[in-house]
Amino acid sequence: MTQEQLLPLIRNKDERGFTKMYDMYSKSLFAVISNLVKDREEAEDVLQESFVKIWKNVESYNETKGRFYTWILNIARNTAIDKLRSKGFNNSRKNLSSDNFVHLLDNSNSLVHKIDMIGIRDFVKKLKPKCIQIIDLLFFKGFTQQEASDELGIPLGTVKTQNRNCINDLRNFLQV
Amino acid sequence: MDIQAYIETGILELYVYGLLDENGNREVNEMAQLHPEINNEIISIEQSIVNLSTSFSPYLSSENFSRIKARLDIKYNKVVDIRTKKYFPMYIGWAAAILLLVAIGVQYVRLDNAGKQVAVSEIEKAKLQEQLVTSEIKNKATEDALAVIRDKNTSVITLGGQAVSPQSYAKVFYNKATATVYIDAKGLPEPPEGKVYQIWALKLNPLTPTSIGLLENFTADSQRIFSVDKAAGAEGFGITLEPAGGSASPTMEQLYTLGKV
Repeated sequence: MTQEQLLPLIRNKDERGFTKMYDMYSKSLFAVISNLVKDREEAEDVLQESFVKIWKNVESYNETKGRFYTWILNIARNTAIDKLRSKGFNNSRKNLSSDNFVHLLDNSNSLVHKIDMIGIRDFVKKLKPKCIQIIDLLFFKGFTQQEASDELGIPLGTVKTQNRNCINDLRNFLQV
Repeated sequence: MDIQAYIETGILELYVYGLLDENGNREVNEMAQLHPEINNEIISIEQSIVNLSTSFSPYLSSENFSRIKARLDIKYNKVVDIRTKKYFPMYIGWAAAILLLVAIGVQYVRLDNAGKQVAVSEIEKAKLQEQLVTSEIKNKATEDALAVIRDKNTSVITLGGQAVSPQSYAKVFYNKATATVYIDAKGLPEPPEGKVYQIWALKLNPLTPTSIGLLENFTADSQRIFSVDKAAGAEGFGITLEPAGGSASPTMEQLYTLGKV
């Protein structure tokens, strides 16, 4: 289902809209949230908060603001960061855990999920460590290019293109 | 503008990540509207990053889905549609099965009742036919009696009450031509248990009584009209009360009524 098909359902508060959106994006958002908020229960709370916000505020979304997925990704990331702040974490993203998203594989306790991950583990081995870092910072943690440049010690001007190359590797692997 | 070069800058990835400011978002959105290649590229980037992150999601139990759903303002009228479709055959199947069973049950009970009613009707019909036959027999007897009474050869003899029962009386319809005799016993008291009225035809010179019958079933016949044996050449009639079964000759002490032709 494309976002053009999904959006009218969500705007109508149609149950199918929620179910479909949850199917399509809940795990993606939960991975992003869990990468920031380590505690499982807290991460589940943040996911719940995020969906409530998305559902309530869907009227304020329109296509000129970007992709619908991007909009809900920002809500999830910001809700997670708010959660961290409320627990006394410093405002700066640089204080976020040094763990990257790959550690999520080790925390998952679902057997079914682990089977799904065999392919991903192979992929992670192939993905350059630099790519894991850059995708982790930009996509998962929402670092600005400047913050990522500082964190990784790479020139600001190359952050965007390095990330682009990493995503191309990913797309080759996923054949997207 | 060189579209491919624009794509290669990596701005579309930042757009999908949500890292551009308001102006950046608007610009990319406009570009995507103008150039389908850009829009397709954005969709592919989104797909790859959604796939990647989804693959790294920790286990997410289904309770989360229900818990979140319970907190949302959802319009359920459309849910009903889906569920109806989903569970329709199941519900319909069970409902139909139950309905069928009930219907079979009802039909069975109806059939059983109908059968019973037919049996009852048959019995009633038999009773009615019996009554009809009885009525026809009675009617025939009454018609016969009436025919005898109306016959020009029939004379009516009134038997007056005697010493035992002065109030009693009886009428004898006597057809001299055919010798048939009918007794109207309305004026006789009911005979006591174990007793029966006996009818005698009399010849006067010398006085010779001949039994022409018993008024049996006296109380059962409300009309109290009785047909008795023929009595050719009778000159008088008498009625006595006799022990059940009747007697060979009349018990004169129990002579209730007597009359001459």
